Amino acid sequence: MPLTIQPNLPDPDGFYERLIALHRDLDLAGSRRVNARLILLLANHIGDPEVLDEAMRLALDPAAPRTHAR
Amino acid sequence: MLSTYAYPEFPYVPSEEQRTGRRVRHPVVVVGAGPVGLTAALDCAHHGVPVVVLDDNSTVSVGSRAVCYAKRPLEIWDRLGCAQRLLDKGVIWKNGKVFRHDRLIYQFDLLPEDGHRMPAFINLQQYYLEEYLIDHAHGFDDRVDLRWKHQVADITPAGDHVRLTVETPDGFFDMEADWAIACDGARSDIREALDLPFAGQAFQDRFLITDVVMKADFPAERWFWFDPPFHRGQSVLLHMQADNVWRIDFQLGMEADPEQEKRPERVIPRLKRMLGEDTAFDLEWVSVYQFACRRLEDFRHGRVLFAGDAAHQVSPFGARGANTGIQDVDNLIWKLALVLRGQAPERLLDSYSEERVLAARENLLTSTRSTDFISPKSTVSRAFRDATLDLAEHLPFARPLVNSGRLSRPTPYTGSSLNTADTEPFTGAPPPGTNAADAPVTAEGAPDWLLRHLGDRFVALLFLGEETAPPPDHTGTMAALAAQDVPIHVVTVGRRAGDLVDGAGLAHERYDATAGTTVLVRPDQVIAGRWRGPDPARLATARDRAIARA
Repeated sequence: MPLTIQPNLPDPDGFYERLIALHRDLDLAGSRRVNARLILLLANHIGDPEVLDEAMRLALDPAAPRTHAR
Repeated sequence: MLSTYAYPEFPYVPSEEQRTGRRVRHPVVVVGAGPVGLTAALDCAHHGVPVVVLDDNSTVSVGSRAVCYAKRPLEIWDRLGCAQRLLDKGVIWKNGKVFRHDRLIYQFDLLPEDGHRMPAFINLQQYYLEEYLIDHAHGFDDRVDLRWKHQVADITPAGDHVRLTVETPDGFFDMEADWAIACDGARSDIREALDLPFAGQAFQDRFLITDVVMKADFPAERWFWFDPPFHRGQSVLLHMQADNVWRIDFQLGMEADPEQEKRPERVIPRLKRMLGEDTAFDLEWVSVYQFACRRLEDFRHGRVLFAGDAAHQVSPFGARGANTGIQDVDNLIWKLALVLRGQAPERLLDSYSEERVLAARENLLTSTRSTDFISPKSTVSRAFRDATLDLAEHLPFARPLVNSGRLSRPTPYTGSSLNTADTEPFTGAPPPGTNAADAPVTAEGAPDWLLRHLGDRFVALLFLGEETAPPPDHTGTMAALAAQDVPIHVVTVGRRAGDLVDGAGLAHERYDATAGTTVLVRPDQVIAGRWRGPDPARLATARDRAIARA
């Protein structure tokens, strides 16, 4: 299954608000830790190595050619 | 500074009641002659209610201020008969572009479909809006009493009325009102006098607001930059206004000194970096401000009703200030008129607060989110914001997360006590509590608009589909609704025949209507209830519910 790069969040602004609120009481080190945990949780949920590899490539360079994205 | 606009000076006229010292009880006193107060006064006049408007000043808004007026307020001004002049003078637009550095990353269309009389937005300096509303009010001189240089010094609730102590150039006098409507802005004297808490969040970031006169070839679109080369690390917003005046807002950050930043020798170089050394321009108005998101808990306090910024204050991103204030009074005045005529109980006015607090909550939430995106308050918040912008240029999923302001739309009164819930299925059409949708129609052979046949009164839209007349067994009883104390006027809408002919079928589509579908619309063009067949008894019950006497 390719990586979804089309909008897929039912309430983007609500999600974004909760994401920022997650960090409200954290210092920078705490935020980094929470972000890392969040990535690991979501990666496990996704599972598919091809999707994860494509996401990692695009995170490193959002302009990179897409080989496994839709 | 240049001026493209000559500010009118409205005369102070001593009032009879102040001169004679005889205290007068007025049905409605509006405090504040800004866009919201003036619209309230026009709507009172429209409903036949005499109204006194008090304003501590004697001219219109200084500076362009509100600028962006959305489709729904334009529909309200159209109902009040004064939208055309605004459309003629204003700059019509619907597209927004979001840039990062010097690259376009996202664009939006606020009204992608045709078949609406009103555009998504117009831009117009607030002084023109106020001037035109005042001109329109002069057409109702018998009902609208505009009093300049009248400052409310105190307000005292007194059981079945309120007493206002008013200061004019001739000193103080007292007047009474059955109902007072406070439209006196974010720093409302009335709110202060009643000692009501105005709770919320203040933002530290400062913004420079400029009105620039120039000949420029930017399109009539909303352009927003994150971190542009001409204003590093901050955001910039551009809007076209009338008379070659352009609104340009610069985010300044939390450390900026407002007095320094207002000086032309600071402002002009900023503008030159944006516009280029060769673009000739003049400054018309400059202001630096901070904003806050806060509101009153309740918009009704006995016989004092709060509307506009006096009731709720939002950040400017999304043009949700004046636009929602106009919708406040649209919701309020028909209810007040019914209460004044003794046709509805006072508790109908509690529904004003119920419904408009709902709208204020949505506006506050939305504008706070926009502010947090534009002006991130922590390192991690800024990292997410910048990451979103990194991704949005290349990957579509991130674009809906880019928040440069979500532009004003009407808030549905979902769950309002005035709604009659659906008992039959409808899909893809505005449910009860939502503003009625416009559509092109033909009336008496001439092209017209559906919304122009709604409003000011209760209307039952009776759809005919392909039929040419309503079912005969209902014709008489439906017509009898118009003779009730709070009448319901039936307007038939058919594909081939009817009071309104829906040749293109858009009205049927937008209301998910088939032959017999009946939609009850309130005087503020909000849908109260809808059914698959015309039933006078259900219509009367829904009407009674919508005026809180059920």
